[in-house]
Amino acid sequence: MSVPEVITLADGAGGKASRRLVEDLFLEELRNPLLEPLDDAAIVGANGTRIAVTTDSYVVRPLRFPGGDIGQLAVNGTINDLAVSGAVPLALTAGFVVEEGFPRDELRELVASMAAAARAAGIAVAAGDTKVVERGAADGLFVTTAGVGLLDLRAVLGLDRVRAGDRLLVSGGIAEHGVAIMLARGNLELELAVASDTAPLDGLTATLCSLGPELRWMRDPTRGGLATTLNELAAGTGLSVVFDEQAVPVREDVRAACELLGIDPLTVANEGKLVAVVSSQAADEALALLRAHPLGSAAALVGELREDSEPLVLARTPFGTRLVEMLVGDPLPRIC
Amino acid sequence: MRFVDEFRDGRAARALAAELRSLVEPGERVKLMEVCGGHTHAIYRHGLDALLPDEVELVHGPGCPVCVIPMGRVDDAISLAERPEVTFASFGDMLRVPGGRRRSLLEAKARGADVRTVYSPLDALALAQRESSRQVVFFGVGFETTAPATALTLRRARALAVSNFTVFCNHVLIGPALHAILDSPDTEIDGLVGPGHVSTVIGTRPYEFVCREYGRPVVVAGFEPTDILRAVALLLRQLREGRAEVENEYGRVVRREGNPEALGAMREVFDVRPDFEWRGLGPIPRSGLQIAEPFAAWDAERRFTVPGARIEDPKACRCGDVLRGRAKPYECRVFGTACTPERPLGTCMVSSEGACAAYYAYGRHRRSAA
Repeated sequence: MSVPEVITLADGAGGKASRRLVEDLFLEELRNPLLEPLDDAAIVGANGTRIAVTTDSYVVRPLRFPGGDIGQLAVNGTINDLAVSGAVPLALTAGFVVEEGFPRDELRELVASMAAAARAAGIAVAAGDTKVVERGAADGLFVTTAGVGLLDLRAVLGLDRVRAGDRLLVSGGIAEHGVAIMLARGNLELELAVASDTAPLDGLTATLCSLGPELRWMRDPTRGGLATTLNELAAGTGLSVVFDEQAVPVREDVRAACELLGIDPLTVANEGKLVAVVSSQAADEALALLRAHPLGSAAALVGELREDSEPLVLARTPFGTRLVEMLVGDPLPRIC
Repeated sequence: MRFVDEFRDGRAARALAAELRSLVEPGERVKLMEVCGGHTHAIYRHGLDALLPDEVELVHGPGCPVCVIPMGRVDDAISLAERPEVTFASFGDMLRVPGGRRRSLLEAKARGADVRTVYSPLDALALAQRESSRQVVFFGVGFETTAPATALTLRRARALAVSNFTVFCNHVLIGPALHAILDSPDTEIDGLVGPGHVSTVIGTRPYEFVCREYGRPVVVAGFEPTDILRAVALLLRQLREGRAEVENEYGRVVRREGNPEALGAMREVFDVRPDFEWRGLGPIPRSGLQIAEPFAAWDAERRFTVPGARIEDPKACRCGDVLRGRAKPYECRVFGTACTPERPLGTCMVSSEGACAAYYAYGRHRRSAA
């Protein structure tokens, strides 16, 4: 299949085109056994310990939005990549690309917000770097964070550990971050009080790690939404993912906004939600653990993994079933 | 969610499904066309086809505005967008539509064209007011559903004397397209599920020719699961009773007379083109709108020159047959291989309302399971 000669926004949207860019270009050039699994974090063994390493860049526009800002997002996002890999976050680094002319006070406020998020999560921003570029060479402020974490030895996670019959959980209402950003951009003339769900998930993941080997796999469904994460789950396990569309928690106002805008909440980004696969015997316990945590009070068991002729993601509707595809195209660039 | 949940009730849908089964004879074949892409999308999105009796086949019609824009017009749009003085404003759906050589507005944007996504033509006008040194061109696409909004925007542009705003008009009319499909000799369509949103503007009267001239029933329907199932039931009942009438299932918003204000704005601002080319269907007489003389100053085709080249539809792509209901998306050789939603060859694969994209996104598994 032909691809455009230049990078388009679709390449960064977190859907199919992004996947292809990562596999055909980045992995092709950088290939090594640590990178190969293309997980949220790489697991590095050294001196008998196992360390998780990850990095992420943040280009969200606007820099502030209901429920958060770029600083908070940059801390929580990287914590979450470590957490869903089964690691306890140890420290972060932060790189700032600042556009000439950016207000100093605003930069201070965003960094203070970053510090508050780090404090709340009990983690330090231990190193940093700053570059200033000419006006027009960046849009205000871009932040890159990297993180290291210590693997929680109670859990052994991986797509290869997922079995047919395993159950699927979602920790709470989906699509809140994406909808909050859309509303914050202010060109939709919708008045709804939807805030981003940005939050550190390490508390939730730690409680699930107590399930030991019954916990199979975790992921935070960010860009591309739940639809994309579940497609990665199906592709990575060779199993079909079958779930009840109506069991997936979606706040009523978020659902209404999506309905009005004609977008599927399954493809809208989250920044503080967890998808977990657990064995069927541990499903109820996993649900109880999630619900006992403040960030998981709306958690739900939504579906299961199934052996099929072809690994697909299928949603049961009140009328039949439908195929759930990865996000194609970009409804909204620069949401994180 | 009020006005939605009551139409998405699984129990009501299953009751309707039972009614549908009682309205067909075992072994008979009934082909119904849902004209509107919104219906196509809803059918797959909710998995409604599973509730239809085997005897009933739904054929996806031409009512996806993105899907019917020919490649030559997309190239014209790209050439406008690539002019250094132009800021090209478009609905997001149009950005991925391939023109000749498979280039799209999205790629033109990546190469430096100033292309912006807007949600309404009024947003494009506001953009022109904000950025007065730019020539803002709005890509006007769509049926009578979106044409009134473009008309109102042009009225406002004239009233406010905004001189750096124009519209590249590609609005089309549903009636002539239905004529063209029903006139096609190998069309085997027993009845039409009429479009809902278009009908809020034009009303139900413009479909009466379908019954009069072609003897086929039409039921205008809403977009929720029970709307569509109810419309199918009404069509089957008409066929069974030998009637061919226009019925209105979407009475909660559609009136027989339509929306006179919207129609008035369209009449004031647009003229009907002698003919307009449709993707897959070829030129259809009196099927497209152009900007009328009093608004000539806001017509992008008059202010700028566009190449205006006609580009043949790709031979491998069967969009035309899909739009006429002669082929199912999966019967096209390039479906899902050379043509996918991320790299579409045919426009039916671009918009989520396109028959091929809807089928690709939501329906494929049923064939693989079958």
